[in-house]
Amino acid sequence: MSLWIWLLLACALAYAWKLAGYFVPARLLKNPRMSRVAGTMTIGLLASLTVVNAVASGQSLAADARLGALAAAAVALVLRAPFLVVVLAGAGTAAVLRLIGWN
Amino acid sequence: MKLLTSPAVRVGLSISIATGLYGVSFGALSVTSGLDFWQTMALSLLLFSGGSQFAFIGVVAGGGSGVAAMSAATLLGMRNGIYGMQLNALLHPTGWRKYVAAQLTIDESTATSTGQTDPDEQLRGFWAAGIGIYVLWNLFTAVGALAGAGLGDPKQWGLDGAAVAAFLALLWPRLKGREPVAIAVACALATVLAVPFVPAGVPILIAALVAAVIGWFSHGRSDEGLEPDVDPYAEHHHGSHGHHGSHGHHGSAGPTKAGA
Repeated sequence: MSLWIWLLLACALAYAWKLAGYFVPARLLKNPRMSRVAGTMTIGLLASLTVVNAVASGQSLAADARLGALAAAAVALVLRAPFLVVVLAGAGTAAVLRLIGWN
Repeated sequence: MKLLTSPAVRVGLSISIATGLYGVSFGALSVTSGLDFWQTMALSLLLFSGGSQFAFIGVVAGGGSGVAAMSAATLLGMRNGIYGMQLNALLHPTGWRKYVAAQLTIDESTATSTGQTDPDEQLRGFWAAGIGIYVLWNLFTAVGALAGAGLGDPKQWGLDGAAVAAFLALLWPRLKGREPVAIAVACALATVLAVPFVPAGVPILIAALVAAVIGWFSHGRSDEGLEPDVDPYAEHHHGSHGHHGSHGHHGSAGPTKAGA
């Protein structure tokens, strides 16, 4: 139940960000620091989420099939594969590595 | 029919299909992360911002708390506020349209609109991409959620590997040049160092803080990191400048111009 509360709060806050953009005075936009921070934070969060999902296992670090998925996804991206193909490459690699015994 | 001949509408519709389709992976990953069908749909219908949605389920899947999931999603949604300012200066929506436009303000609809030079085309591009993605993203989220629920053990299908791949694919288009790569590496390192010492989910927030400090104190492009996951104009530049050349489109319509 409590997950619902945080989920709906996240939805409300996401809409609040979007709507704020349409109502703040345009001169705030001239402050390049705002969009700098929004941009660098986007990069930082996505990099962090990639790493957490690849090597974190609760509060410890683990090297398992997910590392293979990370490598496969990187190769697919270098080859300019579309998003869905990259995701399938990650899933397929992790599944195959587990099948051959690297959990 | 003006709509069918509009280049912005055509770009908007093709980006809708490309982006909408990966709603399948979101839906499937969400239900295997422990969210139920309606929680998954609530994220796509109400939150409607791919990166933030993946962040929310990514933190939950890693054992993080609801607060941490909400915080990561919210911090990642800040850039939509920047897009909102750009679009408001560009399209001047009024009345109820402002409230609808706000919900449709995401990476791809912004990029489709700002990639056009004619004001009418900018307007058509925004609505075509925004509405198209909203409809298809939700449709394919539902498909993915229903399919994911019948998969059994998600690890057997490598769905945790799919999540890793999805985040890397969201990050990838933003890594143009040395500076964004340096930021990504710094934040990745901060994350790894923090994992053993703080509760699950919190390392992501620490990385966000590191990134915010870098952004605040360093000088660089003001639209760093503000790129769509699927670049609407990538195809048009293929061959002439390659994928990286397409960035000029988005950058040229960045905050400085929109504020004028």
